[in-house]
Parts: sequence; C-alpha cells; structure tokens
Amino acid sequence: MLWGILAIFVLAALAPWLHRAFPRASGWLLALGPAALGGQYLFRAGEIVGGPPLVETHPWVPALGLELAFRMDGLGLLFALLITGIGTLIVVYAGAYLAGDTRLGRFYLFLLAFLGAMLGLVLSDNIFLLFVFWELTSVTSYLLIGFDHEREAARDAALQALLVTGLGGLAMFAGLILLGQMGGTASFAELAARGAMLKAHPLYLPALLLILAGAFTKSAQFPFHFWLPGAMEAPTPVSAFLHSATMVKAGVYLLARLSPALGGTEAWTGIVATTGAVTFLVGGFVALQQSDLKRLLAYSTVSALGLLTWLLGWGNPLAVQAGMTFLVAHALYKGALFMAAGTVDHETGTRDVTRLGGLFGKMPLSGTMALLAAASMAGLAPLFGFVAKELFYEAARDSVWPLWISVGAAMLGSVGTVTVAMMVSVEPFFGRYVATPKAPHEAPLGLWLGPASLALLSLAFGLLPGGPQGLLASAVTAALGEPSSFKLALWHGLNPTLALSLATLAAGGLLYAARGPLRRAFAAAAGPLSYGPTRAYEWTLQALKGLAAGQTRLLQHGYLNYYLLVFLVAILAMIAWPLLFHWDFHLRLPNSGIRVYEGLWAALIACGAGVAVATNSRMFAVVALGVVGYGIAFLYLLFGAPDLAMTQILVETLMLIVLLLGLYHLPGFAKYSRPASRLRDVLLSVAAGALVTLLVLITQQNPHPARLVEYFSKNSVPLGQGRNIVNVILVDFRALDTMGEITVLGIAALGVYALLKLRLKGGGEP
Amino acid sequence: MKSLILRATARFLLPLMLLFSVFLFLRGHNEPGGGFVAGLVAAGGYILFAMAYGVGEMRSLLGLEPRSFIALGLTGALASALWPTLAGKPFFTGLWVQISLGPLGKLKLGTPLLFDLGVYAAVFGVMLTIVVGLMEE
Repeated sequence: MLWGILAIFVLAALAPWLHRAFPRASGWLLALGPAALGGQYLFRAGEIVGGPPLVETHPWVPALGLELAFRMDGLGLLFALLITGIGTLIVVYAGAYLAGDTRLGRFYLFLLAFLGAMLGLVLSDNIFLLFVFWELTSVTSYLLIGFDHEREAARDAALQALLVTGLGGLAMFAGLILLGQMGGTASFAELAARGAMLKAHPLYLPALLLILAGAFTKSAQFPFHFWLPGAMEAPTPVSAFLHSATMVKAGVYLLARLSPALGGTEAWTGIVATTGAVTFLVGGFVALQQSDLKRLLAYSTVSALGLLTWLLGWGNPLAVQAGMTFLVAHALYKGALFMAAGTVDHETGTRDVTRLGGLFGKMPLSGTMALLAAASMAGLAPLFGFVAKELFYEAARDSVWPLWISVGAAMLGSVGTVTVAMMVSVEPFFGRYVATPKAPHEAPLGLWLGPASLALLSLAFGLLPGGPQGLLASAVTAALGEPSSFKLALWHGLNPTLALSLATLAAGGLLYAARGPLRRAFAAAAGPLSYGPTRAYEWTLQALKGLAAGQTRLLQHGYLNYYLLVFLVAILAMIAWPLLFHWDFHLRLPNSGIRVYEGLWAALIACGAGVAVATNSRMFAVVALGVVGYGIAFLYLLFGAPDLAMTQILVETLMLIVLLLGLYHLPGFAKYSRPASRLRDVLLSVAAGALVTLLVLITQQNPHPARLVEYFSKNSVPLGQGRNIVNVILVDFRALDTMGEITVLGIAALGVYALLKLRLKGGGEP
Repeated sequence: MKSLILRATARFLLPLMLLFSVFLFLRGHNEPGGGFVAGLVAAGGYILFAMAYGVGEMRSLLGLEPRSFIALGLTGALASALWPTLAGKPFFTGLWVQISLGPLGKLKLGTPLLFDLGVYAAVFGVMLTIVVGLMEE
C-alpha cells in the first residue's frame, strides 16, 4: 500500500513534465495512474471482503514507536475505491475542462498530490500517520481551492478552508494523542479492540470532543459548514472531487473508523447524531436559497454530510448500513452532478439556474446524465439513491430517538434534497430555452465521460444492488466493530417506508413548483439570513488581524535603536537575574599577568570604540569600527585561535564594504537624540560590556567546558575523520545547528534582496 | 570605479583568491579553514572584481544568479543529511569512504565534506546577494 501511495505522489511530481511533453493527451495519460491503482484494489477486493484485512508495516521512527502502518479492511477499501475511481474520472475531466490553460500541469500536480494524501488517510492504521495525511489533504486542498490565486475571492476561500480545517486538525491531533495515551497504542485496529476500556476512561470526553472538532470541521458540520460553499471558488473538477469522494468525507471516514473505539456512548450519540441532524436540515434550508448551480450542490453536500454524520452518530447496525450505502450513492450522484454543472458552465458561460433553461435539446447527452444523477439524489427508483433513501427511512423509523423527531427531520431534509435535485437538473435542462453568454453545444468526450460513468453506475447499482453489497457489508462490519450482514434490495414491498418516500417526492415536487415565490421570500429576508457562522468567522479574522497589527506595531516599530535596546535589556535581565541570585563564583583575575603589548592592543581597541561613538562623520565611525574588529581579530591570533581570526578579518572586511555601500544612500549625519536618551544608551552599553566581561571571567573558572573539550578532542579524528576540531563540530557533531544557521543566513539574504528590489521598483513602503 | 590599478589588481586577485578559497576549503577539516571562511574569501574575490569592472561584468563571469548559490548550498547540505537515511542510518550520520590513490596516498571522502560544500555555496551566495543588491541600487 505504501508503494501505491508513493507512486501517486511521484506521478504528481512528474505531472507538469508529462503535461508539457503531451499537452493534449496528458489528462488521459495521468488518469492511468489512479486507474491502475484502483484496478489493483478492485482485484484484491474479493480477498479483503471475505477474509482478514491486508496489513503492511514499515519502520518510521522506531525510537518513538512510530511506524508506517497501513491496513486495508472493508471500510478502507470502500474509500480507496471511491478515491481512485472518481479520481481517475476527475483527472480526465480536468484535462478537458481546463484544456489549453497554461496552468494545467500545476493543476495536475496539486490534484494528484491531494489524491495521494486522501488515499494515505483512509489506509493508515497508525493515528499519527493518519494525522500527517489529514494535514496533507488540508494543505493540498488549500492549493486547489486557491488555484485561481490571482482572484482575491479564491485566495480568501482557500485561506478560510485552511484555517477552519487546520484548527480542527490541531484539536484533533491533541485528541489523537490523548487517545493513544489512553489506549496505550497508536493502531486503530487495536484501539477498536479496546473500546470498552476507552469508553470508561476518565479522559474519554475530552478526547472525544477534540477528535470530533477535527472531524466536524473537515466534514463541514454545522456551525463549521461555511468553508465548504466558499470552496466553490475552486475550478469545478476540484469541487467535484472534494465533495463527492474526498476531503469532506474524511471526517465521516474518521467517525466510522473510530466508532468501534469511541462510539455507542450517550455522549457520542448525543453530540454526533444531533450535530448531523442539525447540519442535514440547515444545509437543505440554505441550499434552497441558492441559484448558483455550484452553490446549490455545495449546500446539498453539507446536508448530505450531516445525514452521514447523523447515521454514524446513531451507530446501530441499521443506521451504519444506511450510512455506508448513502455514502456510495452520494459519491456517485454528487460527483456526476458537479461535473455536469461544470459542463453547463463551460458550454454556456453561466451557472445561474434562473438564467438557464431548455438546454436539453442542445446537450442531450449531458442532460440525460445530469437527470439520471439528480434522480438518484432525489431518491427515485430504480437508482441507487432510492435504495439508500429507503434504508435511511428504515433507520429513522427504528432509532433511539422519538419517532416523530427522527422521521420528521428525515422527511424535512429529504424534501429539500428533492427540490434541490430538481433545481440542478430540471431547471437548466427543461422549460423555455434562455439565451446564454455562450452558445451551448454538446460537450466533448472528456467532459461527459465522468458524469456518464458515475450516473450509469448509480443506475447499475440500483438495478443490481447485489453488486456492491459484499463490499458495503464489509465496510459496515469495520465501522461497527462486529460482524454484520445485510441484504440490499431495490424493492422492499409495500410498506410505510415506501409511503414516506412517495410523500417526500410529492412534497419536493410541490416545493420546486413554488420556487419562484420561495426565492422572492428568501431575497426579502436576505438581511437577517446573512447572520451566521460566516459572519462570526469574518469578525474573528478581523479581530485577529487587528491584534497582529497592534502587536507588530508594538514590537516591529522599525526603529533600529529600540530593537537594540529591547534586545540588550532582555539579555541583561535574563543573564543578570540568575547571576545575582545564585552567586557562587569566586572571581579572580587571571594571575598569569598581562603582557605590555597585549595591554596596548586592548587600549587601541578601546580607542577605536571611543572614536566610533564620539565622531561626527559616518565614514570615520565605520573606519573606527574597523579598527575594533581587526583589533579583536589580532587578539584571537595572539591567543591561539587562527581560524577565528581569519573569519573575523573576512567578515570585518565584507561588513566594511556593505556598510560603505549603504552609507552612500543615508542622509547627512546629525545628532537627533536628546541627552537623556544618550545617557540611557551609555549606561546600557556599559552594563552590557560589564556583563560580558563577567561572563568571560566566570567561564574561565567553570570546570564544565573541560569535559566538552576532552570529548571533542578525543573523538574528532575517530568519529569525525578530521583534526580541526572546530570544523568537525561545525560540519559533523553539530551539523544540524549549522544547517539551521545557513538556512537563516539564506532567508536573511533573500529578505535583503526583496527589500532592495522593492525600493528599486518604487513600489510598496520602504 | 574606473581605476586602472584596481582593475589590473582585481584581474589577478580573483583567481588567486578563488584558489586560496579552494585551499582553505580542502584543508579545513584538519587545519584552520573550512567552508564558511572559504565561501567568504571567494565572495570577497568576486566583490573586488565587481568593484573594479562593475556588477554586470561580474554577473556574466559568475554565470548564475548569486541567490541561486544559496539554493544550491542548502540543497547540498540537505542532501548530505538525507544521504545516510537511504542507507538506513539516522539523519546526518557521517558516511565516509576511503579511496586509495596509489603512491599519492589515500583520499577520504564523506558526507560532511558535501555538507561543508553546501555551507561554502550558501555563504558565498548570501554575501554576493547582499552586496550585489546594494551595488545595483
């Protein structure tokens, strides 16, 4: 499994080159990658459904007990097949949708990397490995949503998605650590086996809440649902992928994965099922207010995710069966509908359903596919959505909640779903033809292949529910943590559930017929309706930015003097404090005596410093500082540190050059400071100098460095293969430190470069 | 700066300083020297050349953008750190090989040498980026 995931990442890295080499066929070529992987999973499906899960382990950080543990059971396989299958179609679709776009190569890179991260997420058996992939999906989806990075709306939406899911991810990380501590293992399989112990643990509730924060933000549960419609700024292939099989389903996956370990308690059912039900209703209600095809679909995704969460919250076998079935049905119809919406947008130039109509005659193929998918969404027989909806109603009739609440909420939300399904299919394709910005034609093969495959699969699974049954049963077993078998059927006989389905369809149809007055009513109430979590997010972001700006003004004021002041005072305080309160040193001056020439040399350095302070000419000050620097270099030489001396001389020379180059641009020299501040500077400088002197004297009497000297001089040649101890320390013993230092140097140089270029262009503030 | 003396000197000093920097770099592991100092010396040589002949001349002599050297150096250092992980050893383990050169003696090569080369290139790039940026202003 590791190699499969790595192969996707390698393919992602190669994608821009492949695209440059074969610009026309790149989508088809790159789709072969996920297709081959999906085919391999499908090939082994029989083995996994019937037998034990596939397990694969590689050492990662053995010292910390971390391993790259992968495990493919029914649940993982179901998700892996959805990701690779729909991913394949999306890659092909993207190739046609963005054909001719110069950024297509980059797009493939992001898309495939995202696909790989998703695959890793659903196949990880280690909670920390899952977290790594979880974050990777956040980062790659950020790149995908903000793909049109020159538009501000796209950047804001990408940031919003990243912040919301990133914060949730952070909370989840804390929860996963707690979970690992509680269970004494990082493996999902072992955690599932220790469910009873975990649920009785005193830390159960904090861990649960933290993990749910991650799952709910990722899966766009109320009140965190707002990032998902915002993510509609992404190109349509991304929306289709994110909403159908990936990203937002990650939270649902985590709930299913952890329900054997954490589920079934009162807290779980209370929080998860209630949040899910509320999201289901809110999503459906807000969806009705939309007229943009993609936003309609986005809010209906929020609603569908709520439904999945709700069912997993109940967690009884019937509910989980309904959940897994609906998961597949939703992935199929939502992927198809998003791609169809993108096709309509691509061909007509608009996505506003109120400005679309009668397209069926112009685009019969795309229209048929969109209608099929929408029929599955509405729960019309004989499509797979119907099978799922029947199971959902069965679960609602047989739940722990009062019947009128569960069935009432289920009906209410489903009516909204039916109406939205009609708004995205019937409204644009039937009725009077409305002239659009572009004259529509039937879409090319690449654009209709994806929706057609998914829509036909919805039909095939509906007619032959035995096909996916084995896989779904295996996924249900994994999510329940106990064996379960169930039979999918299209026809359950004449029973109350069927009556509920028919009533839902009728009510949805009526609501659709009343869409005109409905939209006017929503438009009239637009003001109060705009208050919601989105506003809260915006306020929080504004407040955060304000805080950051204030904090920056306070600390990054741009006055070099004050930087130095703060820096020196902080160091003085930090070092002087412990020195004063833990004084156990006996200071004595070195008794070897100071030779005359050493004293003279030190006096020369002091003179240089004095001149640099007293002079009125910048040039003179620089030269005087040079005297100080070269003087110190000579002192190094006197005391047997030739390499330090050499470095000091070189640095001094180059600094002199830099200073002289900079001097040229500075205004004339003048004394601006008041006497009081000058006195303060003098005192501070003297204190700093005194402290350093004191430190040197203390260090000389401190026996500890001797051990280091001994260690390094003994091990330099055998371990570091070099006799120059300083250099061996730099490049071998403490190479990580050096690495950090040269990185900082590089960043500083790039900063200088950027500042200089900004000034050259005359743009921005200096 | 159009000084004939400076130009004549810079032309001779640049190769000498580069040679000295290579010398410092190679001896660094056993005697005073090393990548940091060597990078500074090499940068000093090019800066001297730029002062005598102008930044444009120096750039064409250098061939690469000064800041590319920072990237090269950091990549080299990172590569030296990652190399041992391919051999199943921890990050940053020093790996050494000894090549016998017959009568000339033995040549010891190791990942710390590559790391030091990375430091060399990074320091060289940093100094040139800053100074060239200031000179072009």
